[in-house]
Amino acid sequence: MLNLIWLMLLIFGIAAAAIGGDITIVTRALTSSAKEAIDIVLGFIGIICFWLGMMRIAEKSGLVRQLARLLDPLINLLFPSIPPGHPAKGSIMMNMAANLLGMGSAATPLGLKAMEELQQLNPDKSEASPAMCTFLAVNTSAITLIPATVVALRAAAGSRNPTEIVGTTLVATFCSSATAIILDAHFRRRDRLRRGRQ
Amino acid sequence: MSALDAISRWAIPLMVLVIPVYGYLKGVPVYEAFIEGASEGLLVVARIVPYLVAILVVLGIFRDSGALGWLVGFMQPVLGPLGVPGETIPLLFIRPMSGGAALGIVANLINTYGPDSFIGRLASTIQGSTDTTLYVLTLYFGSVGIKKYRYALKVGLLADLAGFIASVVICHLVFG
Repeated sequence: MLNLIWLMLLIFGIAAAAIGGDITIVTRALTSSAKEAIDIVLGFIGIICFWLGMMRIAEKSGLVRQLARLLDPLINLLFPSIPPGHPAKGSIMMNMAANLLGMGSAATPLGLKAMEELQQLNPDKSEASPAMCTFLAVNTSAITLIPATVVALRAAAGSRNPTEIVGTTLVATFCSSATAIILDAHFRRRDRLRRGRQ
Repeated sequence: MSALDAISRWAIPLMVLVIPVYGYLKGVPVYEAFIEGASEGLLVVARIVPYLVAILVVLGIFRDSGALGWLVGFMQPVLGPLGVPGETIPLLFIRPMSGGAALGIVANLINTYGPDSFIGRLASTIQGSTDTTLYVLTLYFGSVGIKKYRYALKVGLLADLAGFIASVVICHLVFG
């Protein structure tokens, strides 16, 4: 799908330039945009390094694990189908904690581990289990306490208050997570009823 | 709304204080750990560059040729009265597919309109509150060989839409 959108943007852009009568716009735009990409990256290399450094300390001190323990009641509520003490719970908790802290690079390996463990509990290995659907619903609507990359971008662009969007992001992300959890519960129930009838 | 503002101001300084102090008390060699983590930064950034170039070049052509203005003009009568600036509409479509690409759009909006403009703030909020649903689903399900996603895709995309709408509403309330 991304392939198609990317191609469409390109085709319509070049077509619009041709219709507009100045085709050299295309060459100029691609040169300046490619340079812009590098300018953007140069602007936030430092701050990304900084946050990754902080997160490594949080990981090593067990702070991430502590946070995971706080989430335990929530996991039991969201995933009633996982038996108590199953390792999938631990991985899901760590993944949620890493997401919460905006540690995308740490969250992904933990999330893949959780999927592997959920797959062991899954009776049909080619179809997603309800627990997997819930996990991905929570995961893709992930609550992030500190949107570090965006804050870094804003700082690099000279914002007077780069962190002013943390509050609004929290509210918006809460809405999207609540939507995901409610819809997941709704579809899970509907799915179960439909299968029950067959 | 001042509570939100206080959270925004305090969250990062507090984290930057608490994480190393807690680490030190737990016996972590905080400086070495920091360096170890920070070294990965270059790798992460290097991974983002191709995404940024791919999307920014295409969007640059799309924008400068006048095609974006045309698209925005087309959607403006519908989304404008709802308080959605036309410039953020591409984010709605790109965000679920590619985090790198969406970040490129956000960076571009921030640089074009300024980080403290309404568009800059809204784009920042959208980027932070939605996710690359298609990418995550492909990666996670693919890693264990699941081919039937059931209702997971529907739920993820609707949650992204909810995040987008909530971002527009809350940004109007706080920054409008």
